[in-house]
Amino acid sequence: MLQIKNLHAAVDGTPILKGLSLEVKPGEVHAIMGPNGSGKSTLASVLAGKEDYEITDGSITLDGKDLLELEVEERAGEGLFLAFQYPVEIPGVSNINFLRAALNDIRAYRGEDPMGATEFLKLVKEKAAVVELDGKLTNRSVNEGFSGGEKKRNEVFQMAMLEPKLAVLDETDSGLDIDALRIVADGVNSMRTKDRSFVVITHYQRLLDYIVPDFVHVLVNGRIVKSGGKELALELEARGYDWIKEEITA
Amino acid sequence: MEVITTVDQRKEAFLEGLTRAGRHPLAAPTLVAAARQVLLDHPVPTTRTEAWKYTRVGRVLNLDLQKSTENPIIQPYLLPLSDPSAAKIVLVNGQFRADMSILPKAENIRVQALSDALATGLANPKHGIGSLQLIEKDWFAALNMGHASAGIYIHVPKGQIIESPIYVLNLTSGSAAASIVRHIIDVEDQASLNVIFHSASTAGCSGFHSSVLEAHVGQNASLSIDKVQDELGEVYQHATEWVAQARDSRFDIRTLTLRGHWVRNNLNILSQGENTATNLFGTYMPTEAEHIDNQTMIDHQVPHCTSNETYKGFLNGRSTGVFNGKVFVRQDAQKTNAYQQNSNILLSNTATMNAKPELEIYADDVKCSHGSTTGQLDEEALFYLRARGLNQRSARQLLVEAFVGEIIEQISDEALRTYCLAALHERAGA
Repeated sequence: MLQIKNLHAAVDGTPILKGLSLEVKPGEVHAIMGPNGSGKSTLASVLAGKEDYEITDGSITLDGKDLLELEVEERAGEGLFLAFQYPVEIPGVSNINFLRAALNDIRAYRGEDPMGATEFLKLVKEKAAVVELDGKLTNRSVNEGFSGGEKKRNEVFQMAMLEPKLAVLDETDSGLDIDALRIVADGVNSMRTKDRSFVVITHYQRLLDYIVPDFVHVLVNGRIVKSGGKELALELEARGYDWIKEEITA
Repeated sequence: MEVITTVDQRKEAFLEGLTRAGRHPLAAPTLVAAARQVLLDHPVPTTRTEAWKYTRVGRVLNLDLQKSTENPIIQPYLLPLSDPSAAKIVLVNGQFRADMSILPKAENIRVQALSDALATGLANPKHGIGSLQLIEKDWFAALNMGHASAGIYIHVPKGQIIESPIYVLNLTSGSAAASIVRHIIDVEDQASLNVIFHSASTAGCSGFHSSVLEAHVGQNASLSIDKVQDELGEVYQHATEWVAQARDSRFDIRTLTLRGHWVRNNLNILSQGENTATNLFGTYMPTEAEHIDNQTMIDHQVPHCTSNETYKGFLNGRSTGVFNGKVFVRQDAQKTNAYQQNSNILLSNTATMNAKPELEIYADDVKCSHGSTTGQLDEEALFYLRARGLNQRSARQLLVEAFVGEIIEQISDEALRTYCLAALHERAGA
């Protein structure tokens, strides 16, 4: 599904990703862990198409399509979803109106008819329940005045509404209390299918107790330096990242 | 053939055209003669004058105005209104069109052609607005006084509440057409009125449109105005309002400039009685080479008055915008509460906004604040929306509509609100 080959990316001339390669097959959950500044969030931003990053080498394909050639919204149209580490507050834009516009723009991109109002509202009700998002929040301005947990639940709610084939979760667990973490993880787990893949970027192993990954990768200094199963996350939690850094310099 | 070079020669040529194009003037002959003399004696304002720093009058003078014999079908230009009982007043190229107008049937309001009201002595600008002193000071006021050929007079007697809005359409049509009008509104004590002033022009039209409104809002009375400016073609528009508020009165105005080649608005409020409330809202959305200039002035002369002013606009293409908000708080006007905010979004690299708040406060126990911002659309928000699949156009529309939404929400007629929102949607997505 997702194929990243030898990806190099820079910000203002400073290289951040230095030859990152990753392959994600349909239905798989990959966790990407790493110390601060290793390039985790850069990877998320580059996948979504943020313009501040310059791709100096390498390729990214989604089901064979060259992602780097696509506009931000075209990537969403192709089925990519990024759950933001810091969801943006947009005063004056209602959550519902925005989601309806997003859903219908995606459908238009795929050559499908727009969704009717009744069907849409039914879907909203159903999906909001999955992340226990209050009906009031769905009608408020996008993320405005939301608590940290509400913002992250809103991200997962939007993901559930848009039903992507590949979801990238950028530190969705950061700043969440255990109840919110459970709700967010349950929301993600309810969406796991044999066709849908996830890339879960996190700093902490705790999230992976709830969203159990098939693979764990360690990102250090812009490259994946170690990959393993879910037990690698536990090892990282117990021993930190220094031993891996030593391993690679050794 | 003589080549016109100097500003004076251009001015004279323009005034000749104006006289040629104009119809029988409304004002008394002595007043007309005095006003026309001012036009000749005084120079046209230039960008060296502070009040005209960002707006060039020279372009107006290039118009070679002609008498228009157009008789356009007005139906396509009428604004949709939710209230089916709204009275409809139509003026075309400076002529009151009784044949196209529907005057209110109600007994509790008088609406008639200003020429009739003046002839019978009913209209009497008692607050002294439009006096010779004003004409001496303002070249465009003199122009309007010397050449206005039609207008409407609205009088609401004491205590009468007029539920349905009065809709006034001013249509400019033809090539190098002139449309010079003035209106008088008198809302007596404890009366209430809503007027929708709509200026429009036919596609491909060119010309000059000048309007002056004098309004008096009596004690504890309320006047609410929606001023919708939606001009196609190349019409130069100069619009002035003078509003005098008596004690405990309320005045609301929404200046909605949807389209306009060259627009200059002069909104002047005199808060003359205690405990008045004044709410000024405005929006503008120029694109291409359009030029929209809003000059507002609130003169707080007495204590315990409140004014609340919010203008928000977004500019695209090579367009230019001007906002100059004057607030005077006179020495006697203690306990004044004045708020002013002007916010702008530039959608292109070539659009320009000139914003200037001007507060002059001579009283010492007042609450006055102002803010002015000009920026671009929030890039983070734009990226967030696009990452969710919204295309550039929809994302931009959504953000612009959220920005200007609070102005549009102030419009009370639902159909008019929808109309303005649609215009906004189109402009934001361009």
